[in-house]
Amino acid sequence: MFSFFKKKKPVEAPAPTALPTPAPHLPEAPANNAGGLIGSALVTPIDIPVPGAEPPVREHWVSKLKSGLNKTGASISGVFTGNRIDEVLYEDLESALLMADAGTGATTYLLDEVRRRVKDSGVTHPVAVKNILTEALTQLLKPLERALVIGEFKPTVIMVAGVNGAGKTTSIGKLTRHLANEGASVLLAAADTFRAAAREQLEVWADRNRVEIVSQEGGDPAAVSFDAVSAGKARGKDVVLVDTAGRLPTQLHLMEELRKIKRTIAKAGAGDTAAPPHEVLLVIDGNTGQNAQNQVKAFDEVLQLTGLIVTKLDGTAKGGVLAAIALWSRERQKTAPALRPVPVYFIGVGEKLEDLETFNAREFSQALLA
Amino acid sequence: MFQSLSDRLSGVLDKLTRRGALTESDVSEAMREVRRALLEADVALDVVKDFTEKVKAKAIGQDVVKSVTPGQMVVKIVHDELTAMLGSDAAPIDLIAAPPVAILMVGLQGSGKTTTTAKIAWRLANRDKKKVLMASLDTRRPAAQEQLRVLGEQTNTPTLPIVAGQTPQQIAKRAMEAGRLGGYDVVLLDTAGRVTIDEELMDEVAEVKAGTNPHEVLLVADSLTGQDAVATAKAFDGRLGITGIVLTRADGDGRGGAALSMRAVTGKPIKLLGVGEKWDALEDFHPSRVASRILGMGDVVSLVEKAAQNIDIEKATAIAQKMKKGEFDLDDLAEQLKQMQRIGGMSGMMSMLPGMGKIKSQIADARLDDGILKRQHAIITSMTAKERRAPKILDGKRKRRIAAGSGTRVEEVNKLIKMHRQMADMMKSMGKNKGLMSRMMGGGGAAPSQDEMARMQDELAKMDPKALQQLPADLKDALPRSLQGLGSQGALPKLPGLGSGLPGLGGPRFPGLPGRKK
Ligand SMILES: Nc1nc2c(ncn2[C@@H]2O[C@H](COP(=O)(O)OP(=O)(O)OP(=O)(O)O)[C@@H](O)[C@H]2O)c(=O)[nH]1
Ligand SMILES: Nc1nc2c(ncn2[C@@H]2O[C@H](COP(=O)(O)OP(=O)(O)OP(=O)(O)O)[C@@H](O)[C@H]2O)c(=O)[nH]1
Ligand SMILES: [Mg+2]
Ligand SMILES: [Mg+2]
Repeated sequence: MFSFFKKKKPVEAPAPTALPTPAPHLPEAPANNAGGLIGSALVTPIDIPVPGAEPPVREHWVSKLKSGLNKTGASISGVFTGNRIDEVLYEDLESALLMADAGTGATTYLLDEVRRRVKDSGVTHPVAVKNILTEALTQLLKPLERALVIGEFKPTVIMVAGVNGAGKTTSIGKLTRHLANEGASVLLAAADTFRAAAREQLEVWADRNRVEIVSQEGGDPAAVSFDAVSAGKARGKDVVLVDTAGRLPTQLHLMEELRKIKRTIAKAGAGDTAAPPHEVLLVIDGNTGQNAQNQVKAFDEVLQLTGLIVTKLDGTAKGGVLAAIALWSRERQKTAPALRPVPVYFIGVGEKLEDLETFNAREFSQALLA
Repeated sequence: MFQSLSDRLSGVLDKLTRRGALTESDVSEAMREVRRALLEADVALDVVKDFTEKVKAKAIGQDVVKSVTPGQMVVKIVHDELTAMLGSDAAPIDLIAAPPVAILMVGLQGSGKTTTTAKIAWRLANRDKKKVLMASLDTRRPAAQEQLRVLGEQTNTPTLPIVAGQTPQQIAKRAMEAGRLGGYDVVLLDTAGRVTIDEELMDEVAEVKAGTNPHEVLLVADSLTGQDAVATAKAFDGRLGITGIVLTRADGDGRGGAALSMRAVTGKPIKLLGVGEKWDALEDFHPSRVASRILGMGDVVSLVEKAAQNIDIEKATAIAQKMKKGEFDLDDLAEQLKQMQRIGGMSGMMSMLPGMGKIKSQIADARLDDGILKRQHAIITSMTAKERRAPKILDGKRKRRIAAGSGTRVEEVNKLIKMHRQMADMMKSMGKNKGLMSRMMGGGGAAPSQDEMARMQDELAKMDPKALQQLPADLKDALPRSLQGLGSQGALPKLPGLGSGLPGLGGPRFPGLPGRKK
């Protein structure tokens, strides 16, 4: 799959049916990467390896993530200061990965991979091991790297779900900003009708972004979503973002409710080229341990997820659970090829409007092993 | 929470107990698996290392290998270490200070501080009859103060009026003044979420603490947290000197490793568990019970408490009296089935019973679960009043009618009758017993005391699983085929008013407890 972020007048963009792949032409790199990163990532075609070239390192979030690591003394760079590759080194690597929440499965996988590559390449210096591990982790995470693409449908309806307090509402606020930066018109749907002041919270984000919001006094989440999608169509919006109430996968009736919201959204878009929601995102708290995998599994079963957002990576948590998720996705694809990995569209690195970044496997690995 | 850690650990330890003799390498192998189970449950690596080393040292040092039941000894060591790690006694919120007592709530973003603030307020006001004021010092998150205000409205708790433009320090000061002037017993201070490396925000909350002198500083943490739980707990404790931890989202399927880690690195007690989004979804944390539950040894004390809260003691006592006189009829059994369902049915009880982790999945496979209680109930309600009082008159014809009426089969009707007869017999013989079990059965009316229950839990922890296999053979027959053999794995305790064993499951008697002696 391959398409572009299209602005309001998608004149000569390739039609979605025009597959296989149109000639890959890279968009011009923005002059200054620091500002419009999300935007640039959005317009970057996917699945096109840029041979040899390292992606631009975005000091902003990398440094944020690193500062978290360093402050806790959890940085593993010290591991590589010795002058021999020995069992102690491997043990230290194992600890570092486990302490980053990679989990026992992914840790074992990565260490086996590193041992194999060390042997094959014949390197002898610990620093080389660091590069090899970074490379192995990057490769593991690479399938999770994909850009969110909007513009193919009008409006593109994005439904956002996740466990309580993960950062759904905040991420929607930040995402609105980035979409608006790209010139997209956004409508917000306050479909969390349960939590105290959830609507007021989203209203603040709507105000900050100067976008419209659809909400109801004490309404039902499916009804609000229906209204919002209908309004999005009527008002010619590019994107409708639907915020839902937090819920745990153990609350089966609430998981059912999500299914219902999704069905209702599809009804509101009946007659469209593709039934909404076009994207279903799961927001995961970056502090989460091995339960994150369960969350992906459970929400995917109910909603068929299309993307992830991992939040709160500006703190001391490392988000290494993504390695576990990547490994799980891979195993799953082996048995069911149709089930592709759910990509990580964004990571959250703070509470402000601009604290959202696209996910880059290499940067992430580098920061994690910094 | 804890369920899958419990499944994993009891699996590992089961393997050990099945062995006759143990070598050192058996122990090492088991510890490797324990390590893995703990890591997958998000227990922090350092804590895991420390734990397995301690257990290993004790296991190898104490001639466990040569003892008669080496596996049992290792299980006991693991249990003891786990309890030590969690701390042994429950630590309730302490309000013993001059009013208004300030309670400061702190934690990472989205951990559940605001919700927990409202839950604690509701509990203190309703259960402990305290006059409580809540104040939101969160000037950062959009609509945070509004959120607490709404929660205050929902729980009928006064909240400090919102004044725009004030700093958290100013709001805190105003809250304490309002607390003094309004004659409040407790002032709950909800703060904004913060990452621990944000110096400015850590300073801010430290200033709030200095200005309000809180008697409790509670760290609210998500029980789904991974390895970073230790860094977070250490940072908040180091900066603020927390007095306790509240773990939220314990209603999720997290494995609860954060609980073990945070307690281990700070030495501060876990005081409360958040088990849902509503304001009554707050539970006390009982470390020793949790340790037992983690090891699949069951949490009988909690179960008994639950029973005591939900069971109609008067009815139960009346039934117990009848039982002793040998007058236990099918109406009484029907009543018992109803009571069973009230304490959460089979599934609700399963998670708290010893060795039930594995059985639970067996039961789910057999799709028996609570359906069996309902069917048994249906069978009884399809009988005439006379039949219920005197089951002896049930002949083939009557049984066929009852089966048809209840949508079951004659065999099931037979099983139920048999079960009833055995229960009645057993109750009669136990009625003479003046021990704890007989009181628990409703003989004394009131639920057993804390002490008695603690003793019971202890007995249970020490129990040799082999003893559990002494299930009366004929009682076993009364069980549905797919459930036979269950009794060999789990001990079914008697609950107040429920009598011996559980309807629908049958049940072994309680080894090591007075009720067992005939
Ligand atoms: N530091 C940091 N905080 C974040 C980030 N994303 C969200 N938060 C904070 O996390 C808290 C919870 O965020 P919300 O957006 O309300 O979470 P939610 O998933 O909508 O919560 P519910 O609707 O209650 O389930 C807020 O205090 C946010 O400011 C992030 O990337 N970094
Ligand atoms: N399932 C479940 N949800 C909970 C529990 N405690 C809190 N929540 C939910 O978690 C989400 C976040 O709770 P808040 O109380 O807003 O968290 P907070 O720590 O005040 O968040 P910030 O102020 O943004 O840092 C809400 O959706 C709550 O309803 C719990 O024990 N179980
Ligand atoms: Mg929300
Ligand atoms: Mg809050």
